Amino acid sequence: MQLAVLGGFVVAGMAPLLHHWFGARTPLVMALLPASLSAWLLGQWPAVASGEVLLLEWAWVPGLDITLTFLIDGLAWLFAMLITVIGALVLVYSGEYLRGHRDLPRFLVVITAFMMSMLGLVLADNLVTLFVFWELTSITSYLLIGFNHTDLAARKAALQGLFVTVGGGLALLAGFAMLAVAGDSWSLAELTRRGELLREHALYTPLLVCVLLGAFTKSAQFPFHFWLPNAMAAPTPVSAYLHSATMVKAGVYLLARLHPALGGTDGWVITLSLVGALTMATGAFLAIQHTNVKKLLAYSTVMALGTLTMLLGIGTEGALVAFVIFLLAHSLYKGALFMVAGILDHETGTKDVTAMGGLRRVMPITAAVAGVAALSLAGLPPLLGFVGKELMFASVLSVDAWRPLILLLAFTAAFLTLAVAAIVALRPFFGVPRETPRAPHEAPHAMLAGPALLAALSLSFGLAPGLLDPLVGATVAGIGAPGAEVHLALWHGVNLPLLLSLASLLLGLLAYRHWDRLRAWLARLEPLMARGPEAGYEALMAGMVSVAGWQTRMLQNGHIRNYLVVTLLVLVGLVGHALVFRHTLEFDFALAVYFHEAVVAGLMIAGAVAACVMRSRLAAVAALGIMGFSIALTFVLFSAPDLAITQLLVETLTVILLVLVLFRLPRFATLSTPIERLRDLAVASLTGGLITLLMLSVLSGERLPRISDYMTANSQPLGHGHNIVNVILVDFRALDTLGEMFVLALAAIGVYAMLRFHAEAYDARRQAPPPERDDG
Amino acid sequence: MEPLMAITIGVLFAAAIYMMLRRSIVKLVIGLMLLSNAANLLIFATAGMVRGAPPLVPQGLTAPEGPVADPLPQALVLTAIVIAFGVLSFAVVLVRRAWEIVRADDLDKMKDTDT
Repeated sequence: MQLAVLGGFVVAGMAPLLHHWFGARTPLVMALLPASLSAWLLGQWPAVASGEVLLLEWAWVPGLDITLTFLIDGLAWLFAMLITVIGALVLVYSGEYLRGHRDLPRFLVVITAFMMSMLGLVLADNLVTLFVFWELTSITSYLLIGFNHTDLAARKAALQGLFVTVGGGLALLAGFAMLAVAGDSWSLAELTRRGELLREHALYTPLLVCVLLGAFTKSAQFPFHFWLPNAMAAPTPVSAYLHSATMVKAGVYLLARLHPALGGTDGWVITLSLVGALTMATGAFLAIQHTNVKKLLAYSTVMALGTLTMLLGIGTEGALVAFVIFLLAHSLYKGALFMVAGILDHETGTKDVTAMGGLRRVMPITAAVAGVAALSLAGLPPLLGFVGKELMFASVLSVDAWRPLILLLAFTAAFLTLAVAAIVALRPFFGVPRETPRAPHEAPHAMLAGPALLAALSLSFGLAPGLLDPLVGATVAGIGAPGAEVHLALWHGVNLPLLLSLASLLLGLLAYRHWDRLRAWLARLEPLMARGPEAGYEALMAGMVSVAGWQTRMLQNGHIRNYLVVTLLVLVGLVGHALVFRHTLEFDFALAVYFHEAVVAGLMIAGAVAACVMRSRLAAVAALGIMGFSIALTFVLFSAPDLAITQLLVETLTVILLVLVLFRLPRFATLSTPIERLRDLAVASLTGGLITLLMLSVLSGERLPRISDYMTANSQPLGHGHNIVNVILVDFRALDTLGEMFVLALAAIGVYAMLRFHAEAYDARRQAPPPERDDG
Repeated sequence: MEPLMAITIGVLFAAAIYMMLRRSIVKLVIGLMLLSNAANLLIFATAGMVRGAPPLVPQGLTAPEGPVADPLPQALVLTAIVIAFGVLSFAVVLVRRAWEIVRADDLDKMKDTDT
């Protein structure tokens, strides 16, 4: 299986080549990949149904405990099945939708890569592997939303989706790290068995917050829901696949997967059920304000994701069963509806439902598919959506905390969703036919096959929900209710959930009838909406740009002394801190100094200080010379004759050079204010003091054996020289000396070039009026 | 001697940094010279300062008699002195060229790349 997934990425990369061979049939050929994967998964069904947890071991980075092990239980199986089956249908569908599009190969590359990443995500057992696939889905999603990269809105939406999900991904990474520390394992199979340990660990709250941030951003939970409707800038097959059936469910998958490990605490229950219920209501409420069919569906997806999160939060056995049914039902009807939306767009040339009408005469099959799928969305019998909705209401009624609020939010979401379903299924197909930008025809078979199959599945599972009993049982076992007895039925008799359904039906139909007036009324809330979370995102982005600009102007300000001050103060702060607090300063040495040595040291200090304060350039150079010659004297006094000779030579040359050149330079000017000088003096004294301290602490420490003993012993026998320093330079470390010669040669060439250039420029300028000269 | 040298070197570093923080580019060059001298002394003194025992092998012997000063830091400092001279001469000529072209000694006025 791992090979199949990794090989899938190779197939994705080969899409352009396949397109070269098969032309317009390429999507059909590539659909064989997910189709065969789903066939393989079907083969595993007996084992999964019996409650077995398949672990396909595969070491990846053994030293770091990172494995590519795949974990297949009911939950993973359900998700993998949805990904491969809907993936195959979407590929077939996109072949028709993007027929003749010049970027079809690129589309196929990215969507196949996405498919494999998603598959890896739901099958991974290792947290690191899961995270890698998680980020891969964010990146491929970015590429798919921005597929029409010439469109500014698409690029913006793609970036927004990326920032929100990857930002959450960062939090998730931290959460995973804490999870692994707290549970002492990177394996999900292990972690789900250590629930008690995790829930009582001190890191539980921070890790829960981080993991939830990751899951909520990915699954577009309130207040991060805004990126999902904007992601509708993607081609419709992408919306159908990523932004309804699969990727946005990754967050929900993660929550379900971690439910046995982290679920059940107050923090988990209240956060998830409240955020989920809020997301439900927000999604449904925002949906009915839109007339763009894709936006309508996108917001209803937000609603569905909220429902799923809420059900996981409630976490009772009934709620988990409702979760699985709702998940399956949503993937089936939403995939179908998005593909229908793509058909409408493709055939009529518009996405606005108010601009369509009476299409059932020209597109009867599409109308029928839309009708069935929308019935499931509305939660009406005899479809799977109805079963899910009944179970959802039943779970909400069993909540302890915040029951009235959650029930109110869930009920609002339910009746608004019903209105959305009616808008999508009735508005375009009934009523008076309208003029559309394109003359509509019935869609080609390849485009109808996918939605029709999904709608048929919705209907048949709805009529015989008992078929799903083993699947739901196996999945629920993976979420944390092992051994649950699942008996699904369409009809439960007259009870409170049914009454709630009826009430939502009536209210929903009422909302549909007065939709146009409702929309006009809601449009007045526009100013309020403009302050929603999306405005916060925009403000954050703008703030980031201005902070970046500000700090670049602050730090990269082009003043070399500011860089120096910052660097030095950091150095003094860090090293000084370590020296004072991490190290005991001990100074014990006898100060054995002869008088003449102290005089030499005093001369050095006097020279250096004088060089700083002299106002005449000649005096400064002379002071430097005094310092340089005192250094040479020090070398003489302390057994370094070679150094003394070199220093004397270099010092003489330096003084000559400075005298020659400096007098062609401007006089010393006082450019800084006294306060600036005081600041510089403070920085300089701090650094100088630090170096003195450092040197003293080095001197009082224990001496390690010299590494030069070998050189001292072998200078004569091996190097045939009596001056050990010379032997080191030309023999033991000859390469260093060679490098030094190169440096000197380069400097000489540079100096020569600059002087030559000067001469030529001078000749050229001789004709021009003489430049301003300063002969100080 | 080393504690005294530690203080001397600290003063040298402080002087070098003070000069490098000036706006005048000529003072920057002086700061550079002070800095290289201070660094050389630091290496030399940290290795331990020994009086009257240069690292030489007397004629006719294969190794020095008794302990001598550590020759390795001396070799390193020797290289450093020469390199510092190369850097200095390059810097001095560069500053001179810059002055000829820009006619400004103030680093704050030399922030553009296209004068």
